[in-house]
Amino acid sequence: MTARKIAPEVAPKIAFEAVSRDFAAPDGSRFTALDRFSLAVADGEFVTVVGPSGCGKSTAMAIAAGLTPPSGGRVLVDGRAVRGPGPDRGVIFQQYALFPWLTVRRNVEFGLEIAGRPRAERRAVADHFIDLVGLTPFAEALPKTLSGGMKQRCAIARAYAVNPAILLMDEPFGALDALTRVGLQDQLLDTWSRERRTVMFITHDVEEAVYLASRVVVMAARPGRLHSVIAVDLPYPRTEEMRLSSHFAALRNRVWRAVYHPDRPEEAPTC
Amino acid sequence: MSGAPAAASAGARRLGPSAMLGLNLLAVAAGLAAWWGLTAAGAIGLPGPGDVALQALASARDGQLFGDAAASLARVLAGFLLGIALAVPVGFLMGWYAVARGLVEPYVQFFRVIPPLAIIPLAIVTLGIGEAPKVFVIFLAAFLSSVVATYQGVVGVDRTFIDAARVLGAGDFTIFRRVVVPASTPFIMVGVRIGLGSSWATVVAAELIAAQSGLGFRMQQAQLYYDLPTIFVSLVAIGVLGLAMDRGVVALDRRLTAWQERA
Repeated sequence: MTARKIAPEVAPKIAFEAVSRDFAAPDGSRFTALDRFSLAVADGEFVTVVGPSGCGKSTAMAIAAGLTPPSGGRVLVDGRAVRGPGPDRGVIFQQYALFPWLTVRRNVEFGLEIAGRPRAERRAVADHFIDLVGLTPFAEALPKTLSGGMKQRCAIARAYAVNPAILLMDEPFGALDALTRVGLQDQLLDTWSRERRTVMFITHDVEEAVYLASRVVVMAARPGRLHSVIAVDLPYPRTEEMRLSSHFAALRNRVWRAVYHPDRPEEAPTC
Repeated sequence: MSGAPAAASAGARRLGPSAMLGLNLLAVAAGLAAWWGLTAAGAIGLPGPGDVALQALASARDGQLFGDAAASLARVLAGFLLGIALAVPVGFLMGWYAVARGLVEPYVQFFRVIPPLAIIPLAIVTLGIGEAPKVFVIFLAAFLSSVVATYQGVVGVDRTFIDAARVLGAGDFTIFRRVVVPASTPFIMVGVRIGLGSSWATVVAAELIAAQSGLGFRMQQAQLYYDLPTIFVSLVAIGVLGLAMDRGVVALDRRLTAWQERA
């Protein structure tokens, strides 16, 4: 399956151009975490990246975030090569990474404080995003008093607060139980529909990948590389009805086969 | 003397704070009663609680007890505060800059294994017999025990916190001030507590060896005159003051690191 063609006059928001990354293995040899990964993500698009561990999905994201330099190739954001982290790209980590010594509000204001924004503006922006993720009653609470799902909602508000054009999410719901995940998936899509950003969402959960995305990027391991890109032709907003439909099941099965049997030729879709 | 915290440990059965305090008081009362019983029966040739209390009253009335305690406290606070004031920045430098670590670590590791008291003869020869050698030795004890804790705290800061700050636009200095300092505060406080304990241990020993004032000096004098009650009064005073300072550090720690998830 190939990527949906993007019209040449519309430049991609994020462009991975043959991005590679080697690491030194403990025995001194080189280990290829990511091998010539290329992908174009359109402005405002929601793509998910799914694959087994060792497929380089987190490495690809860390390179796009500017936290890890590529060994080869480059990532372009709005046509400019990424050279480090920047406020145009918000990152949400699996381990939440909330500062435990700051309240929810101070966490959400953190990026705004660094940007030197005035107090009144910080407060207004923080209030807006804390409300958007439904944490207003907990604005003055410390992270230790929040559940895992609430911590991740706070982290999403913190990333949104600096107004990034891109959200990079590294298995954000990976540490949560299945019920909480489903609730947060709907909430994330709701937030995204109201505050539209370009989202690259990494997951190891095939169903989550299909439910959230307009395109699912499947990666394969050893070496980490792009396997295929599967378009999800379901409209937004996504509903439970869609999640339980046979069309959704067929899409999930296709992604499943690509993830778990990457070497088998794709079977004909059954729907 | 960095004893176990008063909070119930993982293995202890859950008890309410007032039940715990009641048990603590009961144990102290039982200990005093046993001490009184044993000495009153003449089982051991030591002064009883009554004799010690009388001696304490007498020493308090003529001001000697407070003078001794003040002299020891002044040395501890001077040496301890100087030691912490140097240990925290040095620990940060060691944790943040590999070059600083490489340059400082051999000295820290070497002097850490020398008991601070072993420095006293050298300190007296080079610094004279005034306050300087005692304060210096306490400073050394406090510095060495807390510099390592601070350094460990900085090295152990969760990488994800630093990444999270970087993607929110923080530069190196902001990361240091807003992330590394608060994240390593719990470790620094452990170092402060250990440093205070070793300062207090060191001051008494230093006074036993070379001083004209202080609780250690008083015990040393009393030893010459076989004045057991005075030795007991000094010991109890050392224990009470040490405990009070330790509780003070614990209370400060609870305030500074209230955000921590505690078991």
